[in-house]
Amino acid sequence: MNWGAALPLFVLASSLLPGLVIFFLPEERVAIRSTLNLVGAALKLVLAGVMVWGIFHGSHFETRLPLLPGLDLLLRADPLSMLFVGLSSILWLVTTVYAIGYLEGSPNRSRFFGFFSLCVTATVGVALAGNLITFLLFYELLTLATYPLIVHRGTEVARRAGRTYLIYTVAGGTLLLIGTVWLYTLAGTLEFTPRGFLSTLDGASSTALVIIFVLLIAGLGVKAALIPLHGWLPQAMVAPAPVSALLHAVAVVKAGAFGIVRVIYDVYGIQFSATLGVTLPLAIVAAVTIIYGSMRALFQDDLKRRLAFSTVSQVAYIVLGITIVGPIAAVGGLVHLVHQGVMKITLFFCAGNLAETLGIHKVSEMNGVGRRMPWTMAAFTIAAFGMIGVPPLAGFISKWYLGLGALDAGQGWVIFILAGSSLLNAGYFLPILYAAWFKTPADAWPAERSFGRRETAWALLAPPLVTAFLTLAVGLLASAPFSPLQWARFITTLEYAE
Amino acid sequence: MPDVLLSIADIPWGVMTIVLPLAGAMSSFLWPRRALPLGLATALAIVICVAGLGWQLVQQGAQRYAVGGWGAPLGIDLYADGLSLLMLMMTAVVGLGISIYSCGYFNLERARYFWPLWMFLWAALNALFLSADIFNLYVTLELLGLAAVALVALAGGADALTGAMRYLLVSLLGSLCYLLGVTLLYHSFGSVDIAILAERVESSPTVWAAMGLMITGLLLKTALFPLHFWLPSAHASAPAPVSALLSALVVKASFYILLRLWLELFPFASAALAQLLGLLGAAAVLWGGLQALRQTQLKMLIAYSTVAQLGYLFLAFPLASITGWTGALYVLLSHAAAKTAMFMAAGNILYFGGHDRIVDLDRVVQHLPLTITAFALAGISIMGLPPSGGFIAKWLLLEAAILSGQWWWGIVLILGGLLSAAWVFKVVGYAFTRSEVPHEARAVPAAMEWTALLMAMVAILLGLFVPWLLALMEIGLPFGGVGSAG
Amino acid sequence: MSPALLYALVGVGLFTLGLYALIVHAHLLRKILAINVMASGVFLVLVALAARTQGTPDPVAHAMVITGIVVAVSATALALALMLRVRAATGRAELAEEPLE
Repeated sequence: MNWGAALPLFVLASSLLPGLVIFFLPEERVAIRSTLNLVGAALKLVLAGVMVWGIFHGSHFETRLPLLPGLDLLLRADPLSMLFVGLSSILWLVTTVYAIGYLEGSPNRSRFFGFFSLCVTATVGVALAGNLITFLLFYELLTLATYPLIVHRGTEVARRAGRTYLIYTVAGGTLLLIGTVWLYTLAGTLEFTPRGFLSTLDGASSTALVIIFVLLIAGLGVKAALIPLHGWLPQAMVAPAPVSALLHAVAVVKAGAFGIVRVIYDVYGIQFSATLGVTLPLAIVAAVTIIYGSMRALFQDDLKRRLAFSTVSQVAYIVLGITIVGPIAAVGGLVHLVHQGVMKITLFFCAGNLAETLGIHKVSEMNGVGRRMPWTMAAFTIAAFGMIGVPPLAGFISKWYLGLGALDAGQGWVIFILAGSSLLNAGYFLPILYAAWFKTPADAWPAERSFGRRETAWALLAPPLVTAFLTLAVGLLASAPFSPLQWARFITTLEYAE
Repeated sequence: MPDVLLSIADIPWGVMTIVLPLAGAMSSFLWPRRALPLGLATALAIVICVAGLGWQLVQQGAQRYAVGGWGAPLGIDLYADGLSLLMLMMTAVVGLGISIYSCGYFNLERARYFWPLWMFLWAALNALFLSADIFNLYVTLELLGLAAVALVALAGGADALTGAMRYLLVSLLGSLCYLLGVTLLYHSFGSVDIAILAERVESSPTVWAAMGLMITGLLLKTALFPLHFWLPSAHASAPAPVSALLSALVVKASFYILLRLWLELFPFASAALAQLLGLLGAAAVLWGGLQALRQTQLKMLIAYSTVAQLGYLFLAFPLASITGWTGALYVLLSHAAAKTAMFMAAGNILYFGGHDRIVDLDRVVQHLPLTITAFALAGISIMGLPPSGGFIAKWLLLEAAILSGQWWWGIVLILGGLLSAAWVFKVVGYAFTRSEVPHEARAVPAAMEWTALLMAMVAILLGLFVPWLLALMEIGLPFGGVGSAG
Repeated sequence: MSPALLYALVGVGLFTLGLYALIVHAHLLRKILAINVMASGVFLVLVALAARTQGTPDPVAHAMVITGIVVAVSATALALALMLRVRAATGRAELAEEPLE
């Protein structure tokens, strides 16, 4: 058995096959469905770990299947893909536990978990894609698999959110397709190559390449929620909390951001991008997104919408880090891919707990909830401080590197953006924390469910605690060998080393 | 290779693909009570014959067979190359699906008429794809048209009968234009055999007239804008499996003839004519898509989608490259599978609720999950999203458009895809909602739901097996010598 | 002008006249007759062009005409039967207003 070729397929299959089976399971078979879900998630984590170990020891994992004359379906495990695969696998396992608890007793769970598994398959496919067409294929699959999850509840507002989502993502996918085909006709290949494969192209006009760049980034920017393509994200918050948590805080937006990293690093190459002059405009777009997102978040009373705008702002850090042409900033951007994921998912888990247990959807309803649900709010607090950038949490590491890298690359203005956004983060997170811990609660919670002596169900409590712990861990242990930070550093050396 | 396998390649599979459905038609007409098993058995047998033909072609290259031992120019020759093989395979797969679907769809009274007519139609299709001379193409085209008209009229109501009548008149008009063109060609070059004509043909006013007539007649039958007016009423009012075979197969037959003539006999056709065809195709894509969005009934919507998808086929004419032709061929194949699945899904919904009003779909997603999945998967192919045959087609056509510098056709492709996305998701969205109007629900036979899903899977799988299909297409080099590769 | 050319021109003329009648007249029987006239025109052209100055006329062309006549007869039969059904279903032997596109 050629493990090198088979392992990427197995990683995909570990969520695809359970998903397909789950579609056909009758609604009442809770135990089988949960087992399939958890086994699949655990298996994916194990296989991902095997791949990481293998890469560390110099193995190659590559699956190549003929797709079109001249183009293959290519799955390849390189350091950048493993960063995303690792993040997705760990968080999928945690979210599966959470989702099983969250959706208990609600209708159409087989359909939900079927599409949930398809989403993760698509996300891992995006991560492992070795060329732009494979990336495009899984990117569009992700759109198709997430739509049913947004409209899952079938309400009018869910359908409208789904329609908005589709308009944005189908349009974005179209732009991505045009850019990809055009690029293929110019370059003859689409394989991701460190430092890009376009710099050697002569005869291809830079104008065409710039237009293609804009098309690609616009197509990816929809999912990455860059201004002004972010409109779908706050509306998509109508989906159940596990969907908002994993997909809209982690999988979908990260797929967009990851795609932007791939295009800049492995299609154009960072040096060539700088030469073309596309990095600075994109950095400005990212900066505007950071500030705008944070400002909108200030004015949201609905908790999930506030978190959604926070996501808009935070994912732009990744793009900012990449487009500042310098290795240190790049580390900051890349590592924020992981850090933002764990922090934001914690926040969404907590928001889901508040909604499920106490019926709280708005910040104004959160007075004194810290006393009623201390563990949940503790996790929320850790994650919130991480987002603001308090050392030694995850967010601080990212911002430190971004700031340092900006100075190093001569882009001092970024410091102001970082400082401003940290202030704004504090502006919309600290009041929540203050209200939760120090204010007196209203007479009754909007819709309380009792879980006996525990504050909420185990399945709902454990995941945010795990991810909050991870937030602490990746910050404290940032200099440990396998930390996301070291991994990000490694990836950057591949791109920047002479 | 064992002798047995080699000798299998020597059986006249091509002839059998024509004779078997004829026999099936006769026998199901003579024994109406046994019509269903006879029809199904014939369908299976045809699939085996097509597989055998494929094996023969792979082993021995393009085949030419003189019926009755009389060769051209006096006798009728049958010719099979990669292109005809792909068309035959498409017909066989779709035909098998439709046959299984029809087992559950028709009651006994209708079934006794459906099977003989369907088998005649299938015989006509197979004969058409294997014909090697332009007069035989006329005969098979007429047979095809008559059988199709009768099948449309099978539904019986005023709509179906009117649609069938209009279809018949249009079909006859188209065939007559084509026949006049055949006449002129025969007079100019003394033969109707395509291979012989291809050697002798040269540009002259008579040939120009013949070309114009034949193309017009075939465009009428392929329902290219603006000659598409007959299609929506005919395809929408027919019974669901008939709608499927009309949209998937019958309109493709006249396109196949057009393609053959274009490649073999009219290589000197001016670029202006090619651009005109492309322009009409673009109009069809946009018009069909917009009209589809306006429809309130599902089958009408799907019929307008056929108008739009047929427009894609004509975008390949101005592109004139192997990539472009391959893209058009992929549209043809994946549309056949996807449209069949869609009409089958519509048929299921009609069977279930007694109506196909889109706004009243009443949570079909819960009652008919397989059907709505089939519709969604087929929609993915129609929209051109990966992974599907439709995506491959879109990719190839886009590539050809950009490479030839005529990027505006690419814009048409993109717009067409967006329009399709709009109505696909509109229908899928309504499948989730509750209906205001209560109605009686009937249980849909499993065979009907599963065939719909399987046909949709074929549309998706077409996107994953491109190299093998392209290898088959190359047999006999039907596109050889046309334009440049890539 | 040779007889063959005259016949051919008459055939083309019939074809055109038939086409006109097909488009203009509303009654189905007239439309069916128009199709028949067009078909006869085509066959006339074919027969005319089958003429050779010496020897017997071209038999292949005549064979094609016979085939065409058979097809036309069957098509007419179907058309007439269908017309009767349309009249029974809608009360008039005319095509309903085509849905304006």
